[in-house]
Amino acid sequence: MEDSFRIGEVVTSSTSRFTTQCYELYVLPPLGSLIKTREGPNDIFAVVSRAETSSLEPGRRAVVRGQNQESEEEIYTSSPHLEKLLKSEFEAIIVGHRQEEHILRYLPPRPPRIHGFVYLCSAQEVTEFTSSFEFLDLLVNTQLDIPSEELIAACLREISQNVEDKETILIQAGRYLAGILSNDTRRLKSILNRIRL
Amino acid sequence: MNKRLGTVVSGSLSKGLEVRLDGEASIEDVSVGSYVTIKGEKKYFFGMISDVNLESSDPELTHAIPEAGDPFISSILNGTAAYSTLKVNPHLVISGEAAALLEGPQPVKTIPTHFSPVYLASERDIEIVFGKEDKSKFFIGTPLDMETKICLDLQEFVKRSNGVFGKSGTGKTFFTRLLLIGMLQKSRAANLIFDLHSEYGWSGTSETGGAVKSLKQLFPQEVAVFTLDEESSKRRGVKTDFTVRIGLDEIEPQDIAILKGILNMTDLAVEATYQLQQRYGQSWFSKALELDEDEAKNLNIAASTLQSLKRGLNSLKRHPFLAPQAPESAVQRILSFLEQGRSVILEFGRYRSVDIYVLIANLLSRRIYDRYREMSEEAEAGLRQKPTPLVITIEEAHQFLNPEVSSQTIFGTIAREMRKFNVTLLVIDQRPSGIDEDVMSQLGTKIVFQLDNERDIENVLAGTAGKSELRTVLEKLGPRRQAIIFGHAVMMPIVIKVREFGSKESYRELLPPYDTEKEIEDLWS
Repeated sequence: MEDSFRIGEVVTSSTSRFTTQCYELYVLPPLGSLIKTREGPNDIFAVVSRAETSSLEPGRRAVVRGQNQESEEEIYTSSPHLEKLLKSEFEAIIVGHRQEEHILRYLPPRPPRIHGFVYLCSAQEVTEFTSSFEFLDLLVNTQLDIPSEELIAACLREISQNVEDKETILIQAGRYLAGILSNDTRRLKSILNRIRL
Repeated sequence: MNKRLGTVVSGSLSKGLEVRLDGEASIEDVSVGSYVTIKGEKKYFFGMISDVNLESSDPELTHAIPEAGDPFISSILNGTAAYSTLKVNPHLVISGEAAALLEGPQPVKTIPTHFSPVYLASERDIEIVFGKEDKSKFFIGTPLDMETKICLDLQEFVKRSNGVFGKSGTGKTFFTRLLLIGMLQKSRAANLIFDLHSEYGWSGTSETGGAVKSLKQLFPQEVAVFTLDEESSKRRGVKTDFTVRIGLDEIEPQDIAILKGILNMTDLAVEATYQLQQRYGQSWFSKALELDEDEAKNLNIAASTLQSLKRGLNSLKRHPFLAPQAPESAVQRILSFLEQGRSVILEFGRYRSVDIYVLIANLLSRRIYDRYREMSEEAEAGLRQKPTPLVITIEEAHQFLNPEVSSQTIFGTIAREMRKFNVTLLVIDQRPSGIDEDVMSQLGTKIVFQLDNERDIENVLAGTAGKSELRTVLEKLGPRRQAIIFGHAVMMPIVIKVREFGSKESYRELLPPYDTEKEIEDLWS
């Protein structure tokens, strides 16, 4: 199996979502991408729902530095300590877990532990996990800072990057969503408009 | 494997089932009148599609229509948020029930459970329901979208009076000819056919105009052709068995009574015929024509009534097949053929007017029916065997069976008394709304081709179970050779495409097997 790329560690955790701090500044997974962490023997799968880069110390804000610099990059090269003062974090919505080889697309019994390693899922894991779209139920019903349609559309776009026949997988996912959102076609259409090829 | 259509989602036995079409199945591939099977938990049901609908799960969708022609969005919404449903009427249980296993399909008394899968009926399913051709079942056609044979049990069929309806040019006559051939083969009933347009005796036309062989050519031994118009028959090369002449002394006042409207006679004039018969007996007709005003006055017949009477009778009398006395009784000749189990076709030749048709058909049928009644009564007393069942075929049936005259003509009586004396009717008509509702409800099996007129449709379906569903199917019949059959002889309503008839192969299929090649060659040469 292709190695998954380790990206950071869990810093806050709850039943439905957890926050990961990235090892490297700005090395954030894209919105909607599938990541995983572990809790005991179980893999926990989650979808990136929000990312943020801010100061390490709470309450302390960054100040402008580039007035005399030619480019943005120069700001960072001329002040190498900046990378130690800032952090990149992202939040992910838990969409399923793996128990003894079985992929279960509902919430795990326990949330991930703090300092649990967080990985980007490999192409194979994405294929495996998205062989059924039941996890979309969790996304549809989650309260977020952003409209959940944005997240779902982003997630489906990410998934489709992984396969050759993008149209088929998007139509399958769309039909599944049409089932969940059968009485709310306005929402359905706003998702479909965002994943249209 | 049968093609899966969808899933039962709701419904009732009385109103039919609602079936949600599977996402992959297209509503455009499904047609009203098609047969389906439903695999219930324990039983296997057989039904017919009676309606198709487009639905959407969210009313919003009908207001905010997705961008037209976006294949991506429509392929997602079709079958999910915007879906199709079928209305299916379950009619029979074909397996899963003890009685169905032992005795074949049974009428439904319940419906399948929620989410039972629905399939298009396979050829085998249809064969189970409509049977194979055998000694009583006759192959009449195929379902609209399949090539399986649908058979009609003709022994059962002839036990009641039946009707063939449809507007002109839809294939009524074509189908009736086929039905008569079937009856000759399978029903053991003798036929008496009043053939107004000379279509059934020697040869006829298909509705597309081609010539087809008729009964006498196909079954020379079993069929006799009688004619009113010998010259016309000769010209058409028909070998007739008897030329019918009617004696004026055979005409009775009742025969005149039903022609009242056609002959434009007053009520009093019709009344007078009864009076005249009382006074002069059998020769009343001839006497009436010679009656002068004084004699009429003695009989209390007013001058104007006498005029009306004479005008009516004279317009009948001028027909050459009427003679003061017939050389030989047509009724006797017909009866002697019928008693041997042979069928009689009476051709009208050039006498195609309604008055003649009504007069002759009514006059002959009444006497034949009387004889049948006597024979049946004698049979009841153990003096003889029951007479061979008789089927009388009449065209333009509304002339005999309209509400005004149906109680006076013999046909009204036959239709109402059903099979009491082994005589039934096969009525053919293009205006069923003209037929008395009472008579209509007595018809056992109805075969209906396309009809346009609202009232015709209404009258044909009056008193039928599942009327509104049948109406949908009936209204969608094709213009030619498509018919719906419902009633006594079929377990459930059937929509058929009438079988091919007119080619050499078709004649060969229709005939009993011949012994030698030579005979077959002779027949076709």
